[in-house]
Amino acid sequence: MKYLHLIWAALFRRKTRTLLTLVSIIAAFLLFGMLDAVRTSFNQAGQSANGAQRLQTGSKLSFIQTLPQSLESQIAQVPGVKMVTYANWFGGAYQDPHNQVFSFAVEPNYIDLYPEIEVSAAERKAFDDTRTGILVGEKLAKRFNWKVGDKIPLQSTIFPDRQGSKNWTFDIVGILHSKDKKSGGFFDQMLLLHWKYFDETTPFNRGTVGWYVTRVSDVNQADKVAKAIDAISANSDHETRTQTEQAATANWMKQLADIGLIVGSIMGAVFFTLLLLSGNTMMQAVRERTSELAVLKTIGFSNHAVLAIVLAESVLLLLLGGVIGLGLASLIIPIVSAGSGGMLNLPSVGAGSWILGLVLMIAIGLLVGVLPAMRAMRLNIVDALAGR
Amino acid sequence: MKNFLFNLGLLIVIAIVLWAWVMLPWQGVIGLAVVFALWMAFTRSGRRAASVASVGISTLRQRIGSSAVIVIGIAGVVGVLVALLAMGEGYAETLRKTGSADTAIVMRGSSAAEVMSVLDHDSVTLIPQAAGIAKDSKGQPIASPELVVAANLPLKGGNADDEGSVQLRGVGDQAWAVRPNVKVIEGRNFQPGMRELIVGKGAAKQFEGLTPGHTVKLGNQQWTVVGVFSSGDAMDSEVWGDASVVADTYRRGSSRASVMVRLADPKSYDKFKAELEGNPQLKVDVSTTLDYFSKQSEGMTKVIKVVGITVGLIMAIGAMFGALNTMFAAVAARAREIATLRAIGFRGLPVVVAVMLETMLLALIGGLLGGLLAWLIFNGYSASTLAAGTVGKLSFELRVSPALLWTGLKWALAIGFIGGIFPAIRAARLPVTTALREL
Repeated sequence: MKYLHLIWAALFRRKTRTLLTLVSIIAAFLLFGMLDAVRTSFNQAGQSANGAQRLQTGSKLSFIQTLPQSLESQIAQVPGVKMVTYANWFGGAYQDPHNQVFSFAVEPNYIDLYPEIEVSAAERKAFDDTRTGILVGEKLAKRFNWKVGDKIPLQSTIFPDRQGSKNWTFDIVGILHSKDKKSGGFFDQMLLLHWKYFDETTPFNRGTVGWYVTRVSDVNQADKVAKAIDAISANSDHETRTQTEQAATANWMKQLADIGLIVGSIMGAVFFTLLLLSGNTMMQAVRERTSELAVLKTIGFSNHAVLAIVLAESVLLLLLGGVIGLGLASLIIPIVSAGSGGMLNLPSVGAGSWILGLVLMIAIGLLVGVLPAMRAMRLNIVDALAGR
Repeated sequence: MKNFLFNLGLLIVIAIVLWAWVMLPWQGVIGLAVVFALWMAFTRSGRRAASVASVGISTLRQRIGSSAVIVIGIAGVVGVLVALLAMGEGYAETLRKTGSADTAIVMRGSSAAEVMSVLDHDSVTLIPQAAGIAKDSKGQPIASPELVVAANLPLKGGNADDEGSVQLRGVGDQAWAVRPNVKVIEGRNFQPGMRELIVGKGAAKQFEGLTPGHTVKLGNQQWTVVGVFSSGDAMDSEVWGDASVVADTYRRGSSRASVMVRLADPKSYDKFKAELEGNPQLKVDVSTTLDYFSKQSEGMTKVIKVVGITVGLIMAIGAMFGALNTMFAAVAARAREIATLRAIGFRGLPVVVAVMLETMLLALIGGLLGGLLAWLIFNGYSASTLAAGTVGKLSFELRVSPALLWTGLKWALAIGFIGGIFPAIRAARLPVTTALREL
């Protein structure tokens, strides 16, 4: 630590070069921070403690196939099931069919299974009492400028009503807030309407439900409960497939894209370039300072101390740029998320990304510094001072 | 103050040059290169610039390490940019090819995608009677009522519980007449009324057990895979079976999702659309398949493009500063030579041109290298995603088109331009006496 000012002075000996290199490092780690946030958001989807307690039961045939509503009472009787609810995909869109809204037709107790969602008691009661009432997520409401009390038209891209009209009208009775602002990106984007109103209004549903959500009393029993639920409808014409919410979400994300591979290859290319670039800078820095390093050795610095000083210099360079870059990423991500009007929802740079980033900075710093440092260590004082 | 104004002016000039560069078509670039070459060959100042540049370029080999920073840095940017854009291009291309201007798709009104649409039996029989549909050799309208559902199948290379979703299309005879590009390439076609499937070659690659002779489970039923078909478009990711058997399995009765028709000619589309949408017995939306599939790809293509350009821009900034660093060092190392040249009467311009030319050359090599790598690794590389508007995995191939390579090259030269211009101007403006005294 006592040599910090020495290392610092050496680092900024050539200000232009160091600053230019720093900008490159900042750019690399800015990119790393943003991409890693995307990767984490994909990996973390559904990975909450609450998610582990919930089971999703859908048709074994495919996710678009519906199930009879009569299954509800049967599932409720399975030992280990605490609560059960069901939902249908409504396929709502606001104003333009391409303005899709995550909208579900649900049984009123749906919210009880999701402790992550916060609704005030009064609004909850209003929802229970209003047939055409809907609850909308905070961000969704902001995106379309909706307020409690508004009457809004919503078109369903799947279900017309009995007159064949695609336009449904709903009353906004409450706003959904997600408790955990960081990972709850999805809950404040959704819209909940009454399954009963939905079923009675469209001629196409005929008392069926899209999927069941079950809360188990003991997480360790989840697999057993899932098997028991599937056993109810085995060999019927509506076989089910039950998974934990975690497993189901992970499966979807995997099908969407192999994000890990994409992020991995981009970062591979970036860090390879960075290695070369900062390696070049360090090499130049040491070459230029040959005589100064020789002086250091002359006044008593050991070979290993010189090695350590050069290594520390390159690690410091990487840390400086990397921390600024990651810091920038954590500043920019919320701005991007806000700017996209709720379309894009990225978590901020998390502790995991920071740790991974710091490890990368130190590793790259050491790797980059090792060649110049060895050169500095092996320096022969007499030759170096003579400029040979 | 003078310095500040000069720098400000420089920034504005760079911004204008970059803007013009982005707009410039390839003919313009070739014209520019020819004019530049002529200037170098036939004018006095051009020949001076050429000789100064050749000195700089001939010493490149001694600075191989630091020059490699520019080449590799730019190659990285171009490689990643081209690969990401190729992904978007391949995806859009696959969906675009699926549609054509002379086929139309009829779905229930306000359905965003085929899988959300339900047409009852009456509509399905009514639609083929509209005017404007092409007739086959027997005089039947070429109209194919189809059912689109999703099926869960085990994914290749996953554990037993890893299931993916594939789009299952129930079709009849006319499906082949509407899509002449679909050919069975292995095995045979399914027999009507049997639980038999033919699979697209993309789907066969994604899912386990989709080879002729195998059986797969849809729900609690066993279906036999009897053939593989190829279409070269989004249909490759689907699995086809007999419409009535699929409808039975999925309890859809006699309803269908959509009717695909081949139009007599693209001009009859307006008449066809007007007739169906004006018919009070029907509540349908009609669009050409070209429109329908292009629209499906819009959102995703835009996302990929924005991501590609954002990642490319950030990487470009990094590479640009790397280039600046290298070129500043190169100019500093040659400060005395350059000052000597200017002392014996060379103007600033040849010096600027020489440094710029050197950087652009390195950038060009980097761009070519990056493009070549992207082409070698990613052209034809197959990827898959859950596409908007379908309910199955859509597999597509990355397409590194010449246009994309050209874009990459333009980026490379732009990075080289900015990376070279500041060091070049510094070299030309450094007072001769200071530079000569410096060691």
